[in-house]
Amino acid sequence: MTTTDFLSILPITILVAWASILLLVDVFTNKQKWLTPLLAAIGLTVTLAFSITQSGNAYAGFNGMVVVDGFTSFLNVLFAISGLAGIALAYDYNKRMGLERGEYYVLLLFSVSGMMLMAAAADLIVVFLALELLSIPLYVLAGFARPKLDSEEAALKYFLLGAFAGGFVVYGVALAFGATGSTALGEIMAAVNTGTADMTLLLIGSALILVGFGFKVAVVPFQMWTPDVYHGAPSAVTAFMAVGAKAAGFAALLRVFVAALPTLYEELVPVMWVLAALTMFVGNIVAIAQSNIKRMLAYSSIAHAGYIFMALVAFGQQAVAPDAVAAALFYLLAYAVTNFGAWSVVIALEKAEGKGLQLDDYAGLGRKYPALAAAMLVFMLSFTGIPPTLGFVGKFFLFRIVLEAGFVWLAIIGVLTSLISAYYYLRVLVIMYMRDGEPEISSPVLLKLTTGLTAVGTVVLSIVAVPLFQWASQAVMKLF
Amino acid sequence: MNPVLHPLTLVTFFPLLGVFVLLFIQPERKNAQRWTALITSLITFGISMWLLAEFNAKDPDLQMEINLPWIQVAGWNISYYLGVDGLSILLVLLTTFLTPISILSTWTAIEDRVRDFMLFFLLLEVGMTGVFLAQDLFLFYVFWEFTLVPMYFLIGIWGGPNRMYAAIKFFLYTMAGSLLMLLAILWLGIYQGTFSVPELIAKGGIPADIQLWLFLAFAAAFAIKVPMWPLHSWLPDAHVEAPTAGSVILAGVLLKMGTYGFVRFNIPLFPVAAVKVAPWMALLAVIGIIYGAAVSYAQKDIKKLVAYSSVSHLGFVMLGLFALNPQGIQGGILQMINHGLSTGALFLLVGMIYEQTHTRDFAVYGGLWKLTPIYGTLMLIVVLSSMGLPGLNGFVGEFAILLGAFGSAAIGSPWYAGFAAIGVILAAVYLLYMFQKMFLGPEGSVVEEVKKLGHSIKDLNKREIVTLVPILVLIFWIGLYPKPFFALIAPAVDKLVAAVQSAAAVAMY
Repeated sequence: MTTTDFLSILPITILVAWASILLLVDVFTNKQKWLTPLLAAIGLTVTLAFSITQSGNAYAGFNGMVVVDGFTSFLNVLFAISGLAGIALAYDYNKRMGLERGEYYVLLLFSVSGMMLMAAAADLIVVFLALELLSIPLYVLAGFARPKLDSEEAALKYFLLGAFAGGFVVYGVALAFGATGSTALGEIMAAVNTGTADMTLLLIGSALILVGFGFKVAVVPFQMWTPDVYHGAPSAVTAFMAVGAKAAGFAALLRVFVAALPTLYEELVPVMWVLAALTMFVGNIVAIAQSNIKRMLAYSSIAHAGYIFMALVAFGQQAVAPDAVAAALFYLLAYAVTNFGAWSVVIALEKAEGKGLQLDDYAGLGRKYPALAAAMLVFMLSFTGIPPTLGFVGKFFLFRIVLEAGFVWLAIIGVLTSLISAYYYLRVLVIMYMRDGEPEISSPVLLKLTTGLTAVGTVVLSIVAVPLFQWASQAVMKLF
Repeated sequence: MNPVLHPLTLVTFFPLLGVFVLLFIQPERKNAQRWTALITSLITFGISMWLLAEFNAKDPDLQMEINLPWIQVAGWNISYYLGVDGLSILLVLLTTFLTPISILSTWTAIEDRVRDFMLFFLLLEVGMTGVFLAQDLFLFYVFWEFTLVPMYFLIGIWGGPNRMYAAIKFFLYTMAGSLLMLLAILWLGIYQGTFSVPELIAKGGIPADIQLWLFLAFAAAFAIKVPMWPLHSWLPDAHVEAPTAGSVILAGVLLKMGTYGFVRFNIPLFPVAAVKVAPWMALLAVIGIIYGAAVSYAQKDIKKLVAYSSVSHLGFVMLGLFALNPQGIQGGILQMINHGLSTGALFLLVGMIYEQTHTRDFAVYGGLWKLTPIYGTLMLIVVLSSMGLPGLNGFVGEFAILLGAFGSAAIGSPWYAGFAAIGVILAAVYLLYMFQKMFLGPEGSVVEEVKKLGHSIKDLNKREIVTLVPILVLIFWIGLYPKPFFALIAPAVDKLVAAVQSAAAVAMY
């Protein structure tokens, strides 16, 4: 193993080693429940710092199976922050819900390491490994509130459909290998270019991979599990999963399709176009009918997957693809910040036994807790795409790419469905500000901090978006 | 000059200082909150006066520009670009003028959540001023969409019984139009390489068929805001449910954002399309004039009557703008101001009586003149101004518009102006009908109703008179001596008309 090899997987190694140590720490500390989360947070912070130092570099390790480039470091930072937010949201929540077990944080670290491996994967086998490494801890986390039936159902559903999706991916990888004689993305590309690849087989293989990751990022028609899992899993897990798993899924899709399969553009573009359009429509329309905030946010996350998917549709256009990847990354970041904020508000209002999760429970929040309501207002506006929020800038970037790639109708569908989404996001505001009620919240420091930081971040980052743009654009330059 | 202390930055963002101060005033100290908001808006008005003093009326171009790079990465070319010219100076003044007046009108009307109300009101002022000053399409869109949020809350929290429905309808309707405009803005950004409006105008060269599509996309946003017939259905709901101050700002300024959008963006950016669709826009405008007037006459609710009269009056503005000649556009811009003043005052007056009687139904009113002579006199002046009586402001604008429309080459037929003139007569019918029902004749049942509650209907108090006097001064000023106002508008309009004519002429050959 050379130094480059070592460096290329260093963030992942740190996390896995740290998580393993934490398993032991947790066994020997029964009283100090605060220790494991604290150590987990320290581990993530170290990884975060290292990921930031990695940005700007580009090298490959393990004979090109793993690459570190701008794309990887951008996503690594996103994943590390997601992990930290996941801990901040979970710490008091788990105590309140009687879920205070140290394994929680260990599983979270393992999952983050899987996500990071995904961002670095340049070989289909590694993609599959990363997929499993990030998913299996999430299956367990989804069922963490056992013996609550909802939570067990969520875990089982997530596991079954996840395994199913994993099967699609493996089969797709096998066919791609059969077609090109390699699983390395670079070699697949080379085989296609030299004409030695069996294009039909490769097309079927890549379609299967698309389906598998379609499940992971929850695009229609592979979204059926999402509402139940998001609803049944503990809210802190849902928040983490909604950001991390989605971002990792998109990382794989972007890397595989943009870097290895642009030649299949003609064949796949109609399929992807339809997937994106369907996802935006179904996610937003079904969200209108929800009365439970967790389910509403679940459908909203489906809808947002649709928006990000619009960037993927342009994967084969050489002129547009780098900007499209940057747009997708930026939107993922915007979605992550807003999403964690919104879930932190949900957690503040949630009570034991699944109480406090109906939209009606938010009545009167604007009068009684103006700061919390104002934060939720910012998140809802960001989800809708109203300036001055990150969500708006993200959508502006995405729609620009879609128009630049020539998909005018897709852009029109995008804005139309944004309009539909305004209806249900506004309803939250209507209930918070225009109805009377007596909501009760719990506001421990960490939760307050998360809500405050994400709310301020959603507004301020939208105004000083330039460094973020630059970072997201750099992220992809090294990919090609 | 320091970008923060630049007059345009200051006039736009100064209300944020008031917002910041308000956050630190305890919710119980309502008067402190009212004074903070009022003083903030008065200082903002003062800054806008400074702007007017610095403004060179003879210069047709943008003045006091501030242009700083904002988002310049990955082929984006977005700037923080503000500027003011003859097309916008009066609208900025209207905004900063009506905001303190509206705040003053809420002194006793708003008792619930005063702090939040003032907060949203000042935020709204930031958005509106920004819309009139932004010269970068991205920046413009940010301000444009941002105004939705505070207005949504003003209607939704402090509005009438059906406020939630009205608030959501207002938001969704407006957003539907804006999103189409967003796509058109993106198109311009991608294929013209800049979001700066003056650069886009200078660059030109958009093929005629694409111009038409872009024109329509922008027009979707603006026509809903104006609102033009048949996209007006959100307006009566929003007006009826909104609190008085909300109605004043909605009618006075927010609707002008739509008409302003046509002058600032649609006409200069897509001149060929503008010339092509001018007869159609004129047709819609004339339908709006007649339809709005007819429906006004049929209303039983005073506020609804005023709301529909706005549809009619803004039809005049649109007719003037799409005459595409100097008289028409100058009249259109002046009429925006006139409508802001007259209709703003009408809503204030309706709100003042509503505060006492809690009903807006004509049927119960009557004979108020004897009880409230000052109120009656002021109402009469405003009604006459809204009707377009010579010597008051409404006449000047309408006359210029009709003159412009009559001789307009773009509209191509004097019939439009002819039909629009009928609207002037109809305005007299429904406004005088309202006045007669409320103030003349036998005493209405509402007088008894109020007596049953233990007090009688009182005439306007000092604060209410102070609220109205500045508007009345302007009503007379514009009516009797409009020259200084036209002098501010004219150079910029002449430049705009010349540019449109040359662009359209080039397209012909």
